[in-house]
Parts: sequence; C-alpha cells; structure tokens
Amino acid sequence: MARFPFSAIVGQDEMKQALLIAAVDPSIGGVMVFGDRGTGKSTAARALASLLPPIMAAEGCPYGASREDQARYPGVCGTGKMVKRPVPFVDMPLGATEDRVIGSLDLERALRSGEKAFEPGLLAKAHRGFLYIDEINLLEDHLVDLLLDVAASGENVVEREGLSVRHPAKFVLIGSGNPEEGELRPQLLDRFGLSVEVRTPKDIDTRIAIMKLVAENEADPEGFAGRWAGEDEAILKRVAKGKAKLPKLTPGEDVLRDAAELCLAVGADGLRGELTLMRAARALAALEGAKKVTRKHLIEIAPSALRHRLRRDVLDETGSTTRITRAIAELFG
Amino acid sequence: MTPAPADPLDDAVLAARLFVLAPSTFKGMVLRGSSPAREALVAALGEALPLRRLPGDVDDERLLGGIDLAASLSAGRPVRQTGLIEEARGGALIAGMAERMDAGVAGRLAQALDEGGTALLLLDDAAEPEEAPPASLTERLAFLCDLSASRRWQGVELAPAAGRLADVAPLAENDLRALAATAEALGVENLRALIFAGEAARGLAALSGRAEAGKADLAGAVRLVLAARATRLPPQETETPPPEEPPPPDSPADDTSDSDRQQPEPDLSEILVEAAKAAIPAGLLEQLAAGKAPRRASSSGTGQKRKAATRGKPLGARPGMPRGGHKLALIASLRAAVPWQAVRRRENGMDADAPIIMRKEDLRIRRFEERAARVTIFAVDASGSAAAARLAEAKGAVELMLAQAYVTRSEVALVAFRGTSAELLLPPTRSLTRARRTLAELPGGGGTPLALGLNAARDVAEAAIARGRSAALVILTDGRANIAADGSPGRPQAAKDAETAAKAIASRQIDSLVVDISARPGPEGAALAAALGGRFLALPRADARMLKQAIDAVQPSARAA
Repeated sequence: MARFPFSAIVGQDEMKQALLIAAVDPSIGGVMVFGDRGTGKSTAARALASLLPPIMAAEGCPYGASREDQARYPGVCGTGKMVKRPVPFVDMPLGATEDRVIGSLDLERALRSGEKAFEPGLLAKAHRGFLYIDEINLLEDHLVDLLLDVAASGENVVEREGLSVRHPAKFVLIGSGNPEEGELRPQLLDRFGLSVEVRTPKDIDTRIAIMKLVAENEADPEGFAGRWAGEDEAILKRVAKGKAKLPKLTPGEDVLRDAAELCLAVGADGLRGELTLMRAARALAALEGAKKVTRKHLIEIAPSALRHRLRRDVLDETGSTTRITRAIAELFG
Repeated sequence: MTPAPADPLDDAVLAARLFVLAPSTFKGMVLRGSSPAREALVAALGEALPLRRLPGDVDDERLLGGIDLAASLSAGRPVRQTGLIEEARGGALIAGMAERMDAGVAGRLAQALDEGGTALLLLDDAAEPEEAPPASLTERLAFLCDLSASRRWQGVELAPAAGRLADVAPLAENDLRALAATAEALGVENLRALIFAGEAARGLAALSGRAEAGKADLAGAVRLVLAARATRLPPQETETPPPEEPPPPDSPADDTSDSDRQQPEPDLSEILVEAAKAAIPAGLLEQLAAGKAPRRASSSGTGQKRKAATRGKPLGARPGMPRGGHKLALIASLRAAVPWQAVRRRENGMDADAPIIMRKEDLRIRRFEERAARVTIFAVDASGSAAAARLAEAKGAVELMLAQAYVTRSEVALVAFRGTSAELLLPPTRSLTRARRTLAELPGGGGTPLALGLNAARDVAEAAIARGRSAALVILTDGRANIAADGSPGRPQAAKDAETAAKAIASRQIDSLVVDISARPGPEGAALAAALGGRFLALPRADARMLKQAIDAVQPSARAA
C-alpha cells in the first residue's frame, strides 16, 4: 500500500518540522512525539521515510553498508557492489524481543550445521534510516535502555550466546506515546533530541479537511500520491539542501550565549540540552536555507529541544511549554 | 409509531454487513459480551469471510511466520511456516478473550492493520471495568458492538450488499461537517473514528445500492461508529432524557426509501446527535451521566501482565519446548545434544560430517526472573473531619510519592473514602498525569467510612498480589471512623468494623503505614496501625514535604519485605 504522502498531512507543523530537522541532522538524537491516539503520529513518521532519497548500499548486505565504511563489515558487505535502496524505516513492534532487536544466533544455520553465525536484528536493518517505536512508553525498560545506548553510540555490540559481534547502527529514533498511559523515565526522555506534543485537531474545518484527504487516499492511493508528489519533492529538496548546508553553518558566539542563558533560565538539566538546542537551531537554519543561525531559529526550536528536559515539579501545574515560552519572553523580550 | 425496543444485535448485524462489504476499509469489529447473539453473528461472519482463530498464547513465529522448530528437527532441514497474519489475508483473524491479549501480540496486529490487508474480530469478554482489549487495536477497528444485552440469536443473516463502496460518491462538505460536529458533541476526539464514520455512511448507502449517502446513512454511521466511543453526553437543550431512550428512529439498512422523511429540516448535526444518543450503550450512558469519562480505553498494554517466560533477568535453562512464549535456549540445547552425536549418527547410519542431530528432548528453554513490581496503594480519608486542613497536604504528599514512584517505576493506586462510600479513584498506574488529575479533582467532606476505605484498599492490594505484585498500603486518615461497613452512621459500630477490616489486612500480611492527618492526633490512629500490624506516623504540623520524607523513611523497610 502506498504510504500517505508527507505533504498531505494536515497541521501538526511542530511534529513535521521536528522530523525534518532530524532528517537534516541525524546526530540530534531522535524525536519523541507525545500525543493522543489517532493524531497522525505514525502516519507522519512513516511518510517521512518514503519521502527521503534512496541511499547507496552494498548489495545484499543486511547492514546497509555504505561506500565509505564498507571495509568495516564482513562478508558480502565488504565487497558487494553498490546499489540504490530506499532509506530504511523499521517499525518496531511493542512486543519485540531483545533477540529480534539486537540480533541473535542464526537459528537456521546453527541447527543445520552447528555453525555459529550472527543473524542481524532490527538495529542492523535500521542502520542509516529510521527506527520507529509506537507506544515507546510501554516498551520494556531494558529494551529502551539498550536502544538509546545504541542510538547514542552508533554501534551495536552483541556479546551473548557465545557471539561477539559489533556493527554500526546509526539511526534516527522516533518514539511516540501517550503520557496518560505511562511515562518514560526522565533519564530516557533526556536522551531524545527533540520532543513534540501533538493534539487531535479540535477545529472542525481541519478535521473535515483530514477526513476528505483520507477518503481521497482510500479511494485511489496511487493517484493521490501522484497529486502530492510535487510537494513531497519540494520538501525532499529542502532536506537535501539543508543537509548540504549544515556543515557550513556555525552558530556564532551570541547564539551560544543565548542558548546557555535560556537553558539556565528554564532549569534544563545538563549540558545535553544546550548542545541539542544549538544543533537543532543550526539544523533549522539549514533547513530554511538561512545564511547564519540566529536567535529567531533558537527561539523557534527551543520548546521542542527543551520541553522534555525540565525538572519535573509535581506541585507546579504549569506545563513545560509554557515555562519555556515564559522564559523566552523574559530573556529576549 | 410503536417500535419494539431495538436489539443491539440489529446494529451489530448492520455493522457486520459493512465490515463484509469492505474489510480493508473498516478493519474489523469488537464484539463485547459473550452471548448466543454473538456466536450467531460470528457464525454468520464466518460464512461471509474466512475466519482464522488467533490463540491467546500465539508466539511471534506463529503470528509472523518463521521456522517450525519441531518440523525442522524431524526433517533435518529448516521448515518454514507462514504466519497467521499472512494466512488470514483476505479474511479476518478472530481473537477470543481479547481483553487478555498480550501487549506484544497487540502491537504486531496493530502494525499489520496499519499496513493493510489484515482484518480483525475481537471478542471482548471483559467482566471488570478496567479490563479491555488493547486500545491500540480497538481504535483501529471501525465497529464496537456490545451484545451482552442482546435477547436474540435466531435468524442472523448478513444480507448481501446491493452495491459497492467504490460506487458511492464521496461525502458532501455538509455531511462531513455534520459528522465532525457530532463527534465533537460526543467528545470523540480520535480522528480514526471520524474517518470510519464517514466511510460507514458511504458503506450504508452501498448496502442499499444508492450512489450517495443520505441522512439516514449518516445517522446510521453515527450510531454504529461514534456512539460507542462517546466520552461525554451531547449538550442538552431540553430536559434530560431518561437513560431508557426510545430506540433509534428506524434502522436505515433495509428500507430503501425515505432518507428524508424527517420533520422539516432540523439541523443535520442535531439529527445525528439524537441518533447517537439513542445508541449509546446503557452502561456507558450511566457512566457518562455520572460525569465520569470512561477510562476503559486508556489502559492499553501496561495493565497486562507478562509471564516471566520472556523477560527479566535470565536464570538457567530447563528442558521444554519453546512455545507459548518460552524462548529456546540455543546454546543449552546444543550443549545437551552434543554428547549424543556419535551415538545418534551410528543409530541413523550417518557419516561423521553429518549435521548435528537434535531431538526434541534436547531442547532447553530459557527462564527469566521478573522482579515483582510494587504497587503502593494510597487510601485517603477525604471526610469532613480530615478534609479541613489536611487533605491538601495529603494530596501534596501523594503527588510527591507519585513522582518518586515514576522514577522507580512502581505503580500507584488511589482509594478515597468519604461520606458513605469508598471509591477506587485510580487503579494501579504509572501515569503521573492521570494520577495528578484525579487527585486534584478529589473533593472532601462527609463522614468517615474507615472500614469501607480499608476494604476497598485491601481489594486493590489483593488484586495486585494476585497479579504477582507486592503491595503496600499508605493510609492517610484521622482514624475517627463514624460510618460502619454497611454505610450506616454510628461511632461504635464504625470503629468495630474498621478494626475488623484492619485485621483482615494484617492477616494478608500487607505492609501498611498509617499517617494520622488530624490536627490533634488522638489514640485512634495508633490503634488502627496496631490493628494493621503496620507503622504509625502522627503529623501534627507537617507540610507535604515533611510528610513525604516520613513516607520515604518507611519505604525501605517495606520494600525489603
């Protein structure tokens, strides 16, 4: 089934922006989407992957080895010829076992010949692409730990069942979940680069627009995708340009100072917040094709980059977003 | 017009016909309540579509396909099996006891539903209000039908549709608007439901062979899709209608004619709201009328308890077949097989470089140790005597405890007692957001039904223990019981009942802590703690933070238990 086109998703601008920023600069560290059911979280994440340009990878390589690091992989990956393949998008189900995620002993070969071989898991499959986990807040703790660890280090190390394997696993982690159904530990939240809150659109016109688009897509998926191909193409170009521009952008002293002050003012713990804020502002500037990173970029991305890092004060009912906007208003007027 | 009370089966049959008309659009149905009507309906569905049973303990291999281990071993080469999801394409999977479905299985099914080509029938036999099929699935299925009150079972037939869904024109702007407004009035926020409603309206038109959806179709769609998902009652203009509403105007399915014989043009969305009101299931209606949003759907996968077969700290391996969620301990299995290789080769007349020969009895499965999760149950005295000064502080302390709980990932439940009743405000949860909201809404005032509160807390604790958790009680009260266990006023009886209730808790060896929240602590609190065999803390003048410190100080010893 053709995926719902990214550009045809109505509203949810913050989520779309965060996903695009993550696509421009995967080092930001993933996107966490908080929100109710049926708000288009999964649709947006899946649409993003099919929007991105195909990558070159060694033919038949389960890890998707690229030309640059081909030498690091064993077997077919080290020698295979390069072919185009779509950006991987791995939809990780809630019940996934550790074996499936990190890979395990190849059962088939072990049974057949007693041979000890590694069967790559979902992490290998997601390399150079996206790993999407719906309801990440319901995922087993030890799996979440493991995922974030791999996402941060960019490498999957397997030391079990007599196997000793390591392979690169760089991916953009996209998590989604409804905080009403269980929360993520703050330590884990902090590892996500950006977080966005999505709500069901309440506005009747928006809701009608969505119903219409979905019905159109349902009736004729191919034609529908065709009609939106132009706009998807434009977004793709923006992402590609932003990627190319990213290395040329260095935030100036003033922006760094702003970032530090803002983090201090809202009480975002740790250096990670500051770093992410800076990187995200830079990626946003690149995405917009700006000449340099400015305070405007910083302010625009601050809620996404910081809202999940504020220390929770259970007696304070004020939402994180409000606290950030308030701090921005006080600092930058 | 004297229509006989409509049987829920009528609408379920209509929904089933829509489902059969376009399984890939409507994705499936939730059929609630075990009844002959449901069996008849499932049988009728089975004639229209191939149905595959989905066993509750299905494992990944069976669901998604993989190596059939037993067959592989006896054949000496890998034998693949197709997964149930694949096998059920073009038909539907049917899952009994869906309220007990494992979160992992639900996750896989949700993914398959999103990818398309899979349809699902969930049979929901939930008896407890907090049991429900995984929300990740119910929200992806178009129809939720409650058949528990159905009195019929004969003559269930799914009449074939007169037309096709594709031949029905898209809904007009006005119709979409009316549906959206109706969803709004009913508090249905999920967009999937709204989209299903639109398709259902077109589907109803297709059933009777029309090329355009009319008013009756829209009303039908609202009844079939939106009504069961209502989270609030539509705003009332006139006096409140009694829960026993007159049945829906007519069933738009079979009469081909008059979609517009309604009175001269009331607003379309009003008609739809009326249709929905008539179709809201009675139980839900009561809940809504009591001002409580149904929380059924929100309990997704977390509430369900996993077996220690798949998660947690690994223990040793033991012999057994890797099924029913048990995982193969490969190394251990190979290790078990290796010593026998020479003998087996000889037996089978194979040469020395033959592949390893495994038998069923070599197989080992992994075992895991799952640390019992902890549930802390707060029983909060919200009576008039306690409420005055202390309730706010108690609330604050509970909030701080919640924050603590969510760092350690233990669960928290909240029982409040006041007036003549005790109520489980919050079933065990990890959700700080929910807990905080429930607390903020907790009113105070009335008598002190201490016995009822203790009994309610014990019920929660016992349920938690039954699910393999350990439970601890924190009781915030002034101990001055004045309502007996049967709800009648009177101090002596109330005190006696409270003592009995406390002893029942003590006999279950549930850890407990009594926090006296009265302004001038009397002997009652300490007596209660003694009866509970628990700890006692008097807090004449503590704020929330001090209270929390006190509770923290008690926790470690409680945790060690």
